[in-house]
Amino acid sequence: MSENKIEIRGMNLHYGDFHALHDIDLDIKSNEITAFIGPSGCGKSTLLRSLNRMNDLVEGCRITGDIRLDGEDIYHDCDVNLLRKRVGMVFQKPNPFPMSIYDNIAYGPRTHGVKSRVQLDEIVERSLRGAAIWEETKDCLKKSALSMSGGQQQRICIARALAAEPEVLLMDEPTSALDPISTSKIEDLVLELKKDYTIVMVTHNMQQATRVSDTTAFFLLGEIVEVGDTEQLFSMPKDKRTEDYITGRFG
Amino acid sequence: MNESAIRRKGGANLRETVMHGVFFLCALASILAVALICIFLFANGIPAIKEIGLLDFLTGTTWKPGNDIYGILPMIVGSIYITAGAIIIGVPIGLLTAIFMAFYCPKRIYGILKPCTELLAGIPSIVYGFFGMVVIVPTVLEVAKLFGSKISSGSTILSASILLGIMILPTIIGVSEAALRAVPSSYYEGAVAMGARHERAVFSVMLPAAKSGVLAGIVLGVGRAIGETMAVIMVAGNQPRLTGDFLKGIRTMTANIVMEMGYASGLHREALIATGVVLFVFILLINLAFSVLKRRKDT
Amino acid sequence: MTTVKTAAKPAVKSKPQPERVYGRGRAAVQKGLVYGAAVITFAMLLFLIAYILWRGIPNLKPSLFAWTYNSDNVSMVPAMITTVEITLLALLIAVPFGLFTAIYLNEYAKRGNKLVNVIRITTETLSGIPSIVYGLFGMLFFVTYLHWGYSLLAGAMTLAIMILPLIMRTAEEALMAVPDSFREGSFGLGAGRLRTVFRIVLPSAMPGILSGVILGIGRIVGETAALIFTAGTMAQIPGLLQSGRTLAIHMYVLSGEGLHMNEAYATAVVLLVVVLLMNSLSALVAKKLTKK
Repeated sequence: MSENKIEIRGMNLHYGDFHALHDIDLDIKSNEITAFIGPSGCGKSTLLRSLNRMNDLVEGCRITGDIRLDGEDIYHDCDVNLLRKRVGMVFQKPNPFPMSIYDNIAYGPRTHGVKSRVQLDEIVERSLRGAAIWEETKDCLKKSALSMSGGQQQRICIARALAAEPEVLLMDEPTSALDPISTSKIEDLVLELKKDYTIVMVTHNMQQATRVSDTTAFFLLGEIVEVGDTEQLFSMPKDKRTEDYITGRFG
Repeated sequence: MNESAIRRKGGANLRETVMHGVFFLCALASILAVALICIFLFANGIPAIKEIGLLDFLTGTTWKPGNDIYGILPMIVGSIYITAGAIIIGVPIGLLTAIFMAFYCPKRIYGILKPCTELLAGIPSIVYGFFGMVVIVPTVLEVAKLFGSKISSGSTILSASILLGIMILPTIIGVSEAALRAVPSSYYEGAVAMGARHERAVFSVMLPAAKSGVLAGIVLGVGRAIGETMAVIMVAGNQPRLTGDFLKGIRTMTANIVMEMGYASGLHREALIATGVVLFVFILLINLAFSVLKRRKDT
Repeated sequence: MTTVKTAAKPAVKSKPQPERVYGRGRAAVQKGLVYGAAVITFAMLLFLIAYILWRGIPNLKPSLFAWTYNSDNVSMVPAMITTVEITLLALLIAVPFGLFTAIYLNEYAKRGNKLVNVIRITTETLSGIPSIVYGLFGMLFFVTYLHWGYSLLAGAMTLAIMILPLIMRTAEEALMAVPDSFREGSFGLGAGRLRTVFRIVLPSAMPGILSGVILGIGRIVGETAALIFTAGTMAQIPGLLQSGRTLAIHMYVLSGEGLHMNEAYATAVVLLVVVLLMNSLSALVAKKLTKK
């Protein structure tokens, strides 16, 4: 069951002269939710964005070491676009494209060559259902996605990511821009999604990590201080720094 | 599952690579254009300057193509006079209007006036020239006569200066307004908090702070004025002579080219192209001054 | 800035002490100058437009819109058609080049790329070159060197180079205004750069690009100096390699001859209306952009 979906070994990341991630070793297990926690600027988002190579877009970013998806090196001789199809991403701020809901969802499949209208209709419905927003949108698929509320937009973005049929879903603080009700809807959704997807989630909110994640990694100053079963990490942290952080002494 | 789902496939990114190349080549177009302009202007103009002699060409006071005498000093001086006149008339009005737009204009009116300044920039120079010809030139003549002048034509340095002064207004207003708005409002608030009047805050705090931006606007205005052609031809009289009398006609470098290019041949034609080269060098120097000023503003 | 002003006014009124240091008289003079200059500027514009319309509109006779031009009836129809032809042709060349350059600079080139700086400097240079110099270059290169003669094509190419920096700059500004989150979203779904640019970035930037193109049209329609020695002054409906005069040239020739002042007024009205139209259209399109 819990084989490793992603394996990170001896990974270092530099932004120009700045050494942002130090010697990261981490396993991310299939069909689990892994949470990255830690204070701002500790490198958790940076690591997340390395998993589908979004850092390629940042100038002066250098990565050494090994990241493997199902045993395949993603930084060497790898088609980035195919990688990103398999490793989808949901961003901190909902970022639907300025087009209709339907076109937003269909963007991924169309990118990867799906042209048939019937097939697209089916994918759109399945993805919207998967993101628990079908009921709210089925009558207004032609409406601009920007006309929806923030929480709905974020679920549309999740649906959009699902439509590309990924295996892994990266979520970069997906609820930080949302109200509590929308947040809880997204959290329920994430728990639902773990059946079919491997999920990695960056969060600022420690309660959120305890509520949804199976494994938690605590980051500090570009290093992973501690990784472990979420319950254990929060109840009996092994490292003093983890304890300080989760008891609210800094961060 | 599929063992190598992320392996790079040969040729899959061909379209990306090709289009990247296309964008890149298009980006080179502006470099190519500048290169071609320089090459063709200099290649066609410099032989004439050599034949006439650089010094004779630039400092010769007589332009008589019929006798193969080509001195463009009158035209250089003409361009400078008219540009200076345009600056004297256009800069105060433009700058004060920019101050109005930035610090005095109520928001409602601003929505109407801002497009008006853009319209001022959009009116074709031929229309300006025509307006100058039918309104400014006769008016200058009448007023001059009123003061006892014996001039017979209103096509004078003064008329051209007035017209060009109007034509550079949008440039001066646009750049100066942007520069004034770029001054942090904390400067203003600081001045007012010390009990300064609105006027004092604007004139002795905001304006000095926007100095280099305003200067850049003036330099840009100089560039526009010196390069203006059609409007000037229609109001300046176009006599190739050295004169300091602002109620006399004069010819600019730009006018020299347009007036005679139609029928010129041989050395005469080349001398006209050489006039263009001199104008081009003036413009390059002005551009250089502008970008230096702009860079200083940025830092 | 208006907020600054409204915040400031009461403060000035409630504090009488500055008057000693900074005389009421001086402030009043400055205020007078500012308002006076603004009145001069806008009254000037109003007067110019009103004068041209007042003198020109009565001269817009139906005969001016006859199909052919001859010395008895200086119809402006051939000039209008030439203007449309030359505008379309120039845009056909300048828009792809300008837009693609903007795409390269904004979406592809790495920051600090030396070439990017060179491109920016050359574009700045291009935008400062006066139209008469473009005209000279067009004459030397297209007309003489390439043996195109005075022709529509030579004129259009010259104008295309002339408006290139305008198209490029406005397109680049429009591309820059597209939020990066759209690009990230697209890349995150596995779309390549090309697809991201054409499907996501360009549609969002379209209003800004269009408003630049419209401004370019305005400049082409009003241009004279760059066309006299490239497209020539023949009053006919030209083919690609034939000479033709645009409306602006038409007006120049008419007013220069001095025999057809009324027709020149009428042409000025048409030019002015076109420019007014283009300016408001451009502003309208640009406003659509900011509203979204």
